[in-house]
Amino acid sequence: MGDNSPEGEVRKRVQKVTIKFAGDSGDGIQLIGNQFALATAIYGNDFAIFPEFPAEIRAPAGTTYGVSAFQIQFGSIDILTPGDEPDALVAFNPAALKINLPHLKPGTLIIININEFDEINYKKANWESILKGEETLDEILSKFEVIKVEFNKLVVEALKDIDIPHKDKIRTRNFFALGLVSWIFMRPLEPVLKFIKENFGKKPEIAKANEISLKAGYNYGETLEIKHKFPRIEVQKYVFEPGKYRYISGNEAFAYGILAIKEKTGIPLVYSSYPITPASDILHYLEAFRNFGIIALQMEDEIAAVNTAIGASFAGGLGITATSGPGLSLKSEGINLAVMTELPLIVIDNQRSGPSTGMPTKTEQTDLLFALYGRHGESPIIVIAPQSPGDCFLAVIEAAKFAIKYMTPVIVLSDLYIAMGSEPWKIPDIDSIAEIKVDFWKKPNGFQPYARDEVTLARPWAKPGTPGLEHRIGGLEKSHIYGKVSYDPQNHDFMVKLRAEKIRRAQADIPDIQVYGPDDAELLVLGWGSTFGHIRAVVDRAIEKGWPVAQAHLRYINPFPKNLNDVLKKFKRILIPELNLGQLLLLIKGKFGVDAVGFNKVTGTPFRESELMQAIEKELINMEKEGKLSKHIEVYEGKFIEKREEVAKSAAG
Amino acid sequence: MQQVEQKIEVKITAKDFDSGEEPRWCPGCGDYAILNAVRSAFAEISKELGIPKENFVIVSGIGCSSRFPYYMNTYGLHGIHGRATAIATGVKVANPELSVWVVTGDGDGLAIGGNHLMHLMRRNLDIKILLFDNRIYGLTKGQYSPTSVPGQITKSSPYGVIERPVDPVLLALSQKATFIAKAIDRDIKRLTEILIEAAKHKGTAFIQIYQNCVVFNDKAFEDFAGKEVRSERAIEVKHGQPLIFGKNLDKGIIIENGKPKVVKIGENGITKDKITIYDETDFYMNFVIANMHYPEFPEPLGIIRRVREPTFEELLFNQIESSKKLKGEGNLKKLLDKNSWEVLPS
Repeated sequence: MGDNSPEGEVRKRVQKVTIKFAGDSGDGIQLIGNQFALATAIYGNDFAIFPEFPAEIRAPAGTTYGVSAFQIQFGSIDILTPGDEPDALVAFNPAALKINLPHLKPGTLIIININEFDEINYKKANWESILKGEETLDEILSKFEVIKVEFNKLVVEALKDIDIPHKDKIRTRNFFALGLVSWIFMRPLEPVLKFIKENFGKKPEIAKANEISLKAGYNYGETLEIKHKFPRIEVQKYVFEPGKYRYISGNEAFAYGILAIKEKTGIPLVYSSYPITPASDILHYLEAFRNFGIIALQMEDEIAAVNTAIGASFAGGLGITATSGPGLSLKSEGINLAVMTELPLIVIDNQRSGPSTGMPTKTEQTDLLFALYGRHGESPIIVIAPQSPGDCFLAVIEAAKFAIKYMTPVIVLSDLYIAMGSEPWKIPDIDSIAEIKVDFWKKPNGFQPYARDEVTLARPWAKPGTPGLEHRIGGLEKSHIYGKVSYDPQNHDFMVKLRAEKIRRAQADIPDIQVYGPDDAELLVLGWGSTFGHIRAVVDRAIEKGWPVAQAHLRYINPFPKNLNDVLKKFKRILIPELNLGQLLLLIKGKFGVDAVGFNKVTGTPFRESELMQAIEKELINMEKEGKLSKHIEVYEGKFIEKREEVAKSAAG
Repeated sequence: MQQVEQKIEVKITAKDFDSGEEPRWCPGCGDYAILNAVRSAFAEISKELGIPKENFVIVSGIGCSSRFPYYMNTYGLHGIHGRATAIATGVKVANPELSVWVVTGDGDGLAIGGNHLMHLMRRNLDIKILLFDNRIYGLTKGQYSPTSVPGQITKSSPYGVIERPVDPVLLALSQKATFIAKAIDRDIKRLTEILIEAAKHKGTAFIQIYQNCVVFNDKAFEDFAGKEVRSERAIEVKHGQPLIFGKNLDKGIIIENGKPKVVKIGENGITKDKITIYDETDFYMNFVIANMHYPEFPEPLGIIRRVREPTFEELLFNQIESSKKLKGEGNLKKLLDKNSWEVLPS
């Protein structure tokens, strides 16, 4: 299993590994998680992350509901998900350990800050069995490989010559932990050191202290090795396609995409929004990008945000707003105004758990039908669902193209998982992104506000300030071509159909949906949006096992790609996994009448690879029983987990 | 060519602002008078301030008053209920060259749209807000509005309104709106003057216009706005002028200990020079005057407040320009390359 490096170190080489950092929301878990990810990116592994944090800014310290966590899976192979249960857990206190224990597999490496494992913290974590003396920590941890480290004591020792308060010394323990984990998993320290210098530069003593603690943690690893023959774990580099990369979150990608829209359209860009988790970061980034000429506004509420965006579009700019579910509810009427006035508008919806306030820091795909139909009247719009953090960049640029070309609102349906999640992203060549054509109407002769482009059916965009084109639009139904207020029954019927047809015509610009998998596949796993990575990871494994399974993923929800019907009809069954109760399923069954079943969960967390794999397996068994598979295949109902462990063991070996 | 254009500009009249669309307000509605005043004012504004016709934008919400844009030959956006102020904000920041006007009502602006109205005034965007106040919901056929008076019988208050009304001018003052005025529909001449002053003002201008609804709340303002009684029951405030009113200009307001007092010139030793001189820039005086209402006091009309403060868009574009100077013009390529790494072909 281990192979000794030339220096005589004990090393264990694995293809991929999953690590989770967990501690109090004030412990700086997200910070070290992101630094670990950045170091991992620079080291050259592919990875995916999943941050989890409480809705409260500083939930009571030491409690289970105040736990903040950061999970990362990285590997020498294509990594598509943040992993199921971690191979290693770093727990800063009993609460962090307690809530993660049920999900740990035997043999998991657990590093705990033993200084925090005292009666007070057991009480805060409500750990009854330990408090009552029914079991000891050692008994609980007997199935695992455990390293108890005195984080607090070790950082205070390391910082004895630094003149900062004791409390500030203790606070550096997250860097100590990061140092130790960096040693174990052989990550470079340089990116972290650079980060410390750049971000704590104004407080040189704190910067120094963080640096010392980081290195102390790293050096502590070496003593572990000497004393306990503890192996370092090596994950070889992933062979990335050549090019320039960066680490990017979905919200960052949205912000950069919006900057690109400004560059590619050359018209004023007004981003107006209201703070809401998990979309606020887009506002933070854009407010800071004033030097790009972006007009970023924090409005008084969600309604103002969407209406200000519409006003901007009327004036000849492009209005963009972003929100999450509760905010989308408030924006419905505004979006309809843009539908009726046929003005370009982009609304980003980073879905989160609902209904109502729900679980604001948890992810879901429950706004699909709302994005499509959550407005009164017949209100067709375009809906695009990005499928990874980096994909948000191109998705929002595409949204701008559609919004302007078809004079329509576009909803970009993202979710918390990709908005707050990050991945290594190959930076696109900005020059190669085509200009977004904006043709303002200029000729007064023959101008009619509701005349139509023959191909796209878009109406002309005539901006105020253009002589001779003064005209009035609004939420009232308008007559075809002339745009006068109209209550004519025939005209309304015609306009309703025309608006629907206009959106349908956008199909011409939507690429065909691709099928991934063998030609003789009989079960199609169809997903949309952020579940792309999870589904791809399990479909890859299913294909490896020789199962007749393929994947297709919808990035365009409305209109659907024009070949979707043909693709669906090629399969005997469609399995649709969604983080909702079957919303795409309803659409697919309703529109195409195919044999489709859902696999649904609404836990606020992304799919686990294991449960998706079981869902595929179960469906294949069903198909076999129903005689719908053309050949007999070996599946392992119920035994799947054992099989997977075998695979994992052989991979680790 | 240049000369021809100039000629056209000089020639611009109220008629040029007529869209040709036939207004669908009830016969006798106060909105007609306001429409005439706005058309005349726009012609004047266009000439005086050199604003070409195509640069006027009128944004409205929902209600009788909000049909206004359809009757004006300008760019117009008839929005949704209460949101005209938010829409106008977007219009103005996207193109600060435009002369942006909001037409709203007591329901649209103070009930459903109260929030946006407040924030627009607080931000001081260079947008002109005309609030047509008829103290009733007209388009929905006669329910009470936020400015309806206690005891007012309406379809939705058959036993009389039990709510205290919003005072739109006090609301504007609470946001330190930089231009606040009050006018009446039928005094087209004065209304036109105020509209022109509002246009000249750089910043938010808020104008409450008492507007008669002939069908659901007729003669609501007759007590002080009626032609025969107006001079005795209303006072036209003017910056730098004594607060004098009355048919014979024999009455005045003296502000003492922060409170207004109605006095008669020539009685009890009151001479004209004892009358308080109005200062439209003095917030405290603005407040005292705005708080006067008929019948306790003459109803104040005219420009209640006018101060010059930086507008939202001035501050916004200053920030944009200064950040460009400080950080350099934004460069997306550079931004994306920050913290990047290169993977070389192996």
